Amino acid sequence: MLPVFPVVLPLFAAALLAALTKLVSQRLSQGIAIAATLATLGIESYLLHASAEQPIVYWFGNWLPRHGIALGISFTVDPIGAGLGTFASVLTLAALVFSSKYFDAAGNHFHALLLAFLAAMCGFCLSGDMFNMFVFFELMSAAAFALCGYKTEDPGSLQGSLNFAVTNTIGAYFVLSGIGLLYARTGALNMAQMGRALGAGPLDSLVLIGFVFIVCGYLIKAAVVPFHFWLADAHAVAPTPICILFSGVMVEMGLFALARIYWDVFNHALHPHLAGLRTLFVTIGVVTAFIGAFMCYLQRNVKRLLAFSTISHIGLMTIGVGLFTPEGLAGAAVYTLGHGAVKAGLFLVAGILLHRFESVDEFDLYAKGRRQRWTAAVFFAGGIALCGLPFSGLAAGDDLVHAAAAATGFNWVRLISLFAGAVTSAAVLRAGGRIFFGWGPAGDQSSAPKHEEKPETERGHDHTPATMFVPAAALVAAGLLVGLTPNLKPAASTAAMQFENTNAYATRVLDAQPAPAPLPPRPAPTEIFSGLLTVLGAITIAAVHLFSDRARDISAAIAKPLQLLHQIHSGHVGDYVAFLTFGMACFGLLCAYCFR
Amino acid sequence: MSYLPYAVAAWLFIVGLYGVISSRNLIHLVICVGVIQSSSYVLLLSIGYRAGRVAPIFADIPANTLAVDPIVQALMLTDIVVEVTVIALLLSLAVQIHKRHGTLNPDRLMKVSG
Amino acid sequence: MTRRVRKIFFLLSAAALVWVFFLAYSPLAPFGYVQSKYGDMVNAITVPERHITDAVTAVNFDVRGFDTLGEEFILFTSVMGVLLLMRRQKDEPAGDHEDKAADRMIPPASDAVRVTSLLLIAPTVLFGLYIVTHGQVTPGGGFQGGVILSTAPLLLYLCADYRPFRRAVPQRLIEASEAFGAAAYILIGGACVALGGLFLQNSLPLGQSGSLTSGGMVPFINLGVGLEVSGGLSLALLVYLEELLEEKEQ
Repeated sequence: MLPVFPVVLPLFAAALLAALTKLVSQRLSQGIAIAATLATLGIESYLLHASAEQPIVYWFGNWLPRHGIALGISFTVDPIGAGLGTFASVLTLAALVFSSKYFDAAGNHFHALLLAFLAAMCGFCLSGDMFNMFVFFELMSAAAFALCGYKTEDPGSLQGSLNFAVTNTIGAYFVLSGIGLLYARTGALNMAQMGRALGAGPLDSLVLIGFVFIVCGYLIKAAVVPFHFWLADAHAVAPTPICILFSGVMVEMGLFALARIYWDVFNHALHPHLAGLRTLFVTIGVVTAFIGAFMCYLQRNVKRLLAFSTISHIGLMTIGVGLFTPEGLAGAAVYTLGHGAVKAGLFLVAGILLHRFESVDEFDLYAKGRRQRWTAAVFFAGGIALCGLPFSGLAAGDDLVHAAAAATGFNWVRLISLFAGAVTSAAVLRAGGRIFFGWGPAGDQSSAPKHEEKPETERGHDHTPATMFVPAAALVAAGLLVGLTPNLKPAASTAAMQFENTNAYATRVLDAQPAPAPLPPRPAPTEIFSGLLTVLGAITIAAVHLFSDRARDISAAIAKPLQLLHQIHSGHVGDYVAFLTFGMACFGLLCAYCFR
Repeated sequence: MSYLPYAVAAWLFIVGLYGVISSRNLIHLVICVGVIQSSSYVLLLSIGYRAGRVAPIFADIPANTLAVDPIVQALMLTDIVVEVTVIALLLSLAVQIHKRHGTLNPDRLMKVSG
Repeated sequence: MTRRVRKIFFLLSAAALVWVFFLAYSPLAPFGYVQSKYGDMVNAITVPERHITDAVTAVNFDVRGFDTLGEEFILFTSVMGVLLLMRRQKDEPAGDHEDKAADRMIPPASDAVRVTSLLLIAPTVLFGLYIVTHGQVTPGGGFQGGVILSTAPLLLYLCADYRPFRRAVPQRLIEASEAFGAAAYILIGGACVALGGLFLQNSLPLGQSGSLTSGGMVPFINLGVGLEVSGGLSLALLVYLEELLEEKEQ
């Protein structure tokens, strides 16, 4: 019964809130939402604990498989999925607490939508059925589109939300076409059964393009290049509490889907081409990390800056998942925790700035934050943590990914994470230096055009309420401390091994046989040196940018050719869909002709 | 022996994409997204059809009559609901955009960029 | 990108995508000859094991009932999203933007329209209820019936003017019943657990195949879904009408 709760409980609470829209006060509705989220968090963390030995399989309606054919829908709970669900509940909780000040006429609907969003993310992580995943994906999207456009008084908000909705809906229909193709081949929707059938059958262009449609459809949500355009628009305009869910966990769901689908469905069929797949996904990751980092550095809107930094970090996580080894996946999972918490904390600081000074523009805010010592401390701690400060959550993830990369011959990946980490973190530190200390000049030639941002709160601009500051500080602290958790790296590696054991998964789901216990993982070394080097790099870049006129001239000169990048990120939904078509066609042709 | 339904599905997808990229009106754009979604109906239903079999309704025929695949039909029903609701959401965004920007032409909306 | 560049870029990509679609679909078995044991198996068990004569309903509300729970909540969430997005902002004095077609008034409904709509309301409601309750026997069910039911308010609008229509429609009640309909799915699933089964395990008496009471929990789920769908679509309709008509009246 327990695996049902993380989906059903928030949905039921959402229906309750909608039924009582005008009867309960907004405080009470927030209370109900927080209680439901806490309960979900509790159950998810129990599932995380309980599934450590064996995946938990739950067949809805007791429709057990017959002769190896799955009839019903199964939830297959494993530590990676349950862990991601737990993390989603934590961030939802932070968003709910932070949004105390966001009440207006739509308060109850806002809470109900947040709960539906949470339920959808939990369902997506736990489901073992291809079509059921699609259903939860769409539920997640429907809630996210509405929440993203929440500030309907802001024209930018509506446009960002529309771009988000159109690109992601098209992605979903690529996924559905892929599911249709695979159903025609395998006659199955259960992922374990699909995996067996594909492993037995021929690997032809139908299977390969089915893979591309499903994976790329989900990667649109993960915002990898060239599907990343919607992300910055959506993040820059969404209300701050929603941004933390988007950046911290929703985007990572796309990568989770890549791992889930590769390991449960395509592992047997595509295994002969593993080396080629590695090269493909590592390349995508590297390009994403670079473009995200460049664009991040060029921004002046703090939320947009953080959004592009998310793209860059997603690139690093894509490398982790795309190495297709247990350590790589474990690294990406730990990285998700570290990055999600820190990035959420930074977004909340941006929300505090918006609340206090009604702007998130680096130059408008110039030196305005001088007296915000604590807020500044959180912002700088987050900025430093973002580049993988040794022993932080991101560093632990980096260690694992680097170990996996070294084992598969991609040793140079550490240079990529050094570069992307340093540049994105330098952008945050630079903005922090301007806003909180008034360092550097008050204007700059090289940055992106200015965007107006409407304030989100109505009153109380003269102080920072605890409901805003505490979640921000707690999240940044959590992102730093999670790396110190004893046993984190081995536990994540064990979980990833369990996740990637395709045969054990299939026998567990279809034959109800217990899976063999995973082997103890190899320890990944802690890399203090490269972490410190990244921090040093970040501080140097930020300091040089702020204090040296000549360096600014040089960076303006470098930024000139990058204007093309600016122009590509045009905010025009047609452009984004054209790039989407381009990306889908490229991946399709590449896979169909290289992996035959 | 026909492949026509699959070709129709592919055509609808591509022509819908063309509509989205070339649209000058958001309402038109949203309907084009609907065209892309229709592609998946055609694909699912044509995968589920079995030559010479009846509809999977056993109300007035023996329960062991050979019928077409009910699974994809059920998936398609789900899909229709998803489409309707997503379109409703997109249209409400379009209404609000018209109110705030005073235009429905995506070429003239340039609030977010760079 | 300019329009021209975008179109050229797209057409080149789309040409490649056409080839991708060709590669994907050409290995498929020809139309009518795809095989699936899953579908055949479900067709074989729906009447003997569930006494449901419409296999599609059996899949939607029993075998893969959990998908439909998600689907129902997609509808619920979207309606809530529409309400959220279309809410009137405080800073928005009604009519601060110009009516782009101020000279195009909505013509009043003719008497023929009014009488026809009035006559149609009762049969429509009856037909909707018929479809909602017969899902387990013939094609239909909560989604289809709910859509038919939600046309009743539209007919009511056609036979009255907007203002009296607005007064006659109990919006609060519709909101509550919509949410209740959504919650009912979860409650029924939970009741299955209370009866000692798994979530959504159909353990009610299955009744006589082809009768209204067949299918165990399926008719109950359909009633809940019918309530949710009719309520949700009516709400969306109300919001859109409000947006359009209150603007026109100013």
